[in-house]
Amino acid sequence: MTPFQYERAATAPDAVRMASNSASAKYLGGGTNLVDLMRETIETPERLVDVSGLSRTIETRPDGSLLIGAAATNTALASDLTVRRDFPLLARAILAGASGQIRNMATVGGNILQRTRCAYFYDDAARCNKREPGAGCDALDGFNRIHAILGASPACVATHPSDMCVALVALDAVVHLEGANGTRRIPLADLHRLPEGRPDIETVLQPHELITAVEIPALSFARRSTYRKVRDRASYAFALVSVGAALDLSEDGSVRDIRLALGGVAHKPWRALKAEDALRGQPATEANFRAAAEAELTDAAPLRDNAFKVELARRTITAVLSELKGDAA
Amino acid sequence: MSIIQDAVKTAVRFVPDRWLPGASPDPLREKHGLLGAPISRVDGPLKVAGQARFAAEVPMEGLAYATLVHSTIARGHITSLDTSKAEAAPGVVLVMTHENAPRMNAPAMFMSRPDAVGASDLPVMQNRDIHWNGEPVALVLAETQEQADHAATLVKVEYESATAVTDFQAAKLAAHHPQSILGEPPLFEIGDAEKELNEAHHRVDLVFRTPRHNHNAIELHGATVRWDGDELTVHDATQMLNGTAGTLAEIFGINPDQVHVSSPYVGGGFGGKALWNHQILAAAASRLSGRPVRIVLSRESVFRIVGGRTTTEQRVALGAERNGSLRALIHTGTVAMTEHNNCPEQFTFPARHLYASKSFRLEQSVADMDMMANTFMRAPGESVGTFALECALDELAEQMELDPIELRRRIEPEKDPTSNNPFSSRYLLQCFEQGGERFGWNRRDPKPGARREGEWLVGLGCATGTYPYHRMPGGSARIRIEADGSAVVSTAVHEMGMGTATVQAQAAAARLGLPLEKVRFDYGDTSLPKGVLAGGSTQTASISAAVIAANDELVKELIRLAGNDSPLAGLGADKLEARDEGLASVDEPGRHETYASILARAGRDHLEVEAAAPPPLEMMKYSMHSTAAQFAEVRVNSVTGEVRVCRMLGSFDCGRILNAKTATSQFRGGMIMGIGLALTEETLFDPRSGRIMNPSLAEYHVPVHMDVPEIEVMWTDIPDPHAPLGARGIGEIGITGVAAAIANAVYNATGRRVRDLPITLDKLL
Ligand SMILES: Cc1cc2nc3c(=O)[nH]c(=O)nc-3n(C[C@H](O)[C@H](O)[C@H](O)COP(=O)(O)OP(=O)(O)OC[C@H]3O[C@@H](n4cnc5c(N)ncnc54)[C@H](O)[C@@H]3O)c2cc1C
Repeated sequence: MTPFQYERAATAPDAVRMASNSASAKYLGGGTNLVDLMRETIETPERLVDVSGLSRTIETRPDGSLLIGAAATNTALASDLTVRRDFPLLARAILAGASGQIRNMATVGGNILQRTRCAYFYDDAARCNKREPGAGCDALDGFNRIHAILGASPACVATHPSDMCVALVALDAVVHLEGANGTRRIPLADLHRLPEGRPDIETVLQPHELITAVEIPALSFARRSTYRKVRDRASYAFALVSVGAALDLSEDGSVRDIRLALGGVAHKPWRALKAEDALRGQPATEANFRAAAEAELTDAAPLRDNAFKVELARRTITAVLSELKGDAA
Repeated sequence: MSIIQDAVKTAVRFVPDRWLPGASPDPLREKHGLLGAPISRVDGPLKVAGQARFAAEVPMEGLAYATLVHSTIARGHITSLDTSKAEAAPGVVLVMTHENAPRMNAPAMFMSRPDAVGASDLPVMQNRDIHWNGEPVALVLAETQEQADHAATLVKVEYESATAVTDFQAAKLAAHHPQSILGEPPLFEIGDAEKELNEAHHRVDLVFRTPRHNHNAIELHGATVRWDGDELTVHDATQMLNGTAGTLAEIFGINPDQVHVSSPYVGGGFGGKALWNHQILAAAASRLSGRPVRIVLSRESVFRIVGGRTTTEQRVALGAERNGSLRALIHTGTVAMTEHNNCPEQFTFPARHLYASKSFRLEQSVADMDMMANTFMRAPGESVGTFALECALDELAEQMELDPIELRRRIEPEKDPTSNNPFSSRYLLQCFEQGGERFGWNRRDPKPGARREGEWLVGLGCATGTYPYHRMPGGSARIRIEADGSAVVSTAVHEMGMGTATVQAQAAAARLGLPLEKVRFDYGDTSLPKGVLAGGSTQTASISAAVIAANDELVKELIRLAGNDSPLAGLGADKLEARDEGLASVDEPGRHETYASILARAGRDHLEVEAAAPPPLEMMKYSMHSTAAQFAEVRVNSVTGEVRVCRMLGSFDCGRILNAKTATSQFRGGMIMGIGLALTEETLFDPRSGRIMNPSLAEYHVPVHMDVPEIEVMWTDIPDPHAPLGARGIGEIGITGVAAAIANAVYNATGRRVRDLPITLDKLL
């Protein structure tokens, strides 16, 4: 680890000011990802601005929407009664991730900005365009079983590993930001970038822009939602494929509305808009679920080791939607 | 060496039992009470309270902390080293590289001599050459661990790469027979097995693959070392105390008695806590800097410099007659190894002893690779060998429309099928019968895919497990009786959490006729009588043989001290037994005198004897093996291919079980490791670079709690007449057969045979 300065921020503007003094400054949430990367010298900030003391309130607003302070821990969010009742897919997604100990430390802001688990990103003896733009990508012809099947580029085939973000992106979450030039809000779906030629630029955030809160708009049918994660062991493993979904059925058994997102398949939490469009207004049958999954995955471009993900995603989407439909019946 | 062994073996076969040293069966083997009781571990309270001091916790004045820098190429040499930035970093005491490291002899390779335990015989940091990706190229010593870690990132090394062999598929093309497979010839044949196979009525001919594994004991490898002049003290986490002392002495050109190794607690060994580069480098850095040194490997460093289980590719071909008897048993294949070590992963060993067959062909080759020296890892050979053999048997049984247990009944041998020696004790079929009954084997539908619960397909599988009995030569033990009649038994052996300290205290108490509270067992330090290493499930028997020998001496001494005024006067050792804190006449229970009384009358404040165990000739006269029937019930998700083991049962025949509690734990632990072998564990060794890409517990998947179901264990508890205490050792057999039982259950659930481990979900989609 490279030596660094540490400061603890009391307010969001404070935090931004403290960070602005140093180009390599980083915000520190629970540290469960950042500190690991610092130990590997993949991240070498000169200054850490601890933002874990900023707002961690989870507020239910009269319109049914939620406002979550970015410093709320993963555990707090997953055990919030409103979340569990109104947005079960979010609670389930969080609980499917990491371990109890890590979730106790991890913050919402940090979870959103956690970095990929690509082995070649983690090993500075390997080539990685994310670490060193232009260096090349050793994952392309290497171990890429856990890598992306959607939206990847020759420069980078890494995935975004978060479970929580899959639920958030399905729920149309909006991220509240504070930067040197004031505050702004952007949909979470637009926060993370696809790698294209610059996989080192992972989000649309400005330098030192701080996530202050995440807002989840009300969604009445989100009570009928779930999250399913497929992984290599029963717990404490990242998703090979995960599916977060909410389903709204009309009386006639057709899909009135739907939210669907995938994890473990792309450089960002993947909102499955094609599948959603294919299903809206259609009978909620298994065949249609499968066809929708198919539609989402037509562009899938598997690598040497991860072709199974295409079939796995197809099956898991179908099973999750069938399960939600069954719940409705 | 092997010629001499053969000659001894042949000679021993014709020797009557009673001529063998220590041949009369150990009277304790039938004794109940303390032996076999589920006594809790004597070291438990200390560990729970955090008071057990592990190697990396020993305090020392003026300690400096070490961190390693690893090579990033697999073969070639260092062209330039820039240590200036590291040397200038805060707190740095020393940066050691091949340029300034003290001159050291290369470690003597394991088994090249009785006391040699070098994991490889490569010189350590003596020149610019690189032999594997991850080899230490520098050691940074600093005032704190954090400073050392930081400075290590500032060492700049440049290399020139040479062509390296890092792809097993390519290496296989040049595979060759090793000189021997742990003393056995690499090719063993009876009859013409290929011909018999071709003529057999039923045939299976299959290829199985198992991946590399890494050791992941919870305690990281660590050592705290200090020089006092030419005396070296090493607080180590090791399962080979005396060997470490002897090998280190030679490396540094001093006498073995100038090296003191202490290792009272080891947080998991499994074959991995051996002499690797880190102890050697720590001692070298300590010598160079004049400071005591602590080294604790990071998890990544453990992956890079501690070997693991090597990869195997195995062929099993079985030919059977209509009635089920085997005509041909062929088990051959190749493992990856280096030119500098000697761990050939003896996967063909189970096939030598398990089943009767008209012909055999057992052959192992090694493919030399530029990689970290592979090593022993819980049941090396047997764990992966039983996977291939027992899956093949399952396939054969299916083809023959026989229940797999029935097939094993039909091929049960009367004597060892390859050595022709009699079995000392073998109850494999009893394991299957009793285990099968308890597990509910008869509820298995032989038709795959027949049982479904929602999305889940459910299946049952079974397999044989096996592990040899070995007794290490060369161990000694001391017994000391104090004036109050209490006893201390001591020998330089190891407690890595298996229960050695507890079981040996129990055994000593039973042997000496003392209550447990009056016995202490001392171990874990080379100042004690020379002990055996903890490996190959041999410690219990090996220690016991030494304790028996010491006890014979003790009784002789006590008879002498007791003299003519004792109630025991005139009785010889064969007429005496230990009872009620002293000795008593076997025939006249009233004649008894306590140790305290004997010592008091003789005016002694203690009595001390020491003796060495006799050579393990029983192994040459008998085929001595433990066996097990492993059962698994699995669920395979029909949507995702995820496999979950929902129930396991291990039914073991390991001779006498000495402590029901610690034994259960050993068996279960082995079986859990077997789940990892079957379903999750795999070292990602990049064939392009020879680099391990998942050197962490996050990405190297050992089973977590949720992967581990209820596991039942049971045992025959039939003492082996030819083993001390009647016990054959239980540390490793637990993992054997498990991967096959699970793979066979997966087949029963799904109709899919997965022959390459681990059985990850993508192989079942
Ligand atoms: C062994 C292991 C297993 C794991 N398994 C899973 C899993 O299965 N599923 C899963 O989803 N995750 C998993 N994780 C990842 C875990 O969820 C993340 O490490 C955690 O959510 C990060 O949160 P944190 O608060 O600790 O972030 P930190 O490590 O503190 O920070 C992460 C990044 O976010 C930035 N940051 C933090 N807060 C803010 C803010 N308010 N504004 C702007 N930037 C900010 C930091 O600068 C840093 O770049 C695992 C982690 C580990 C170590």
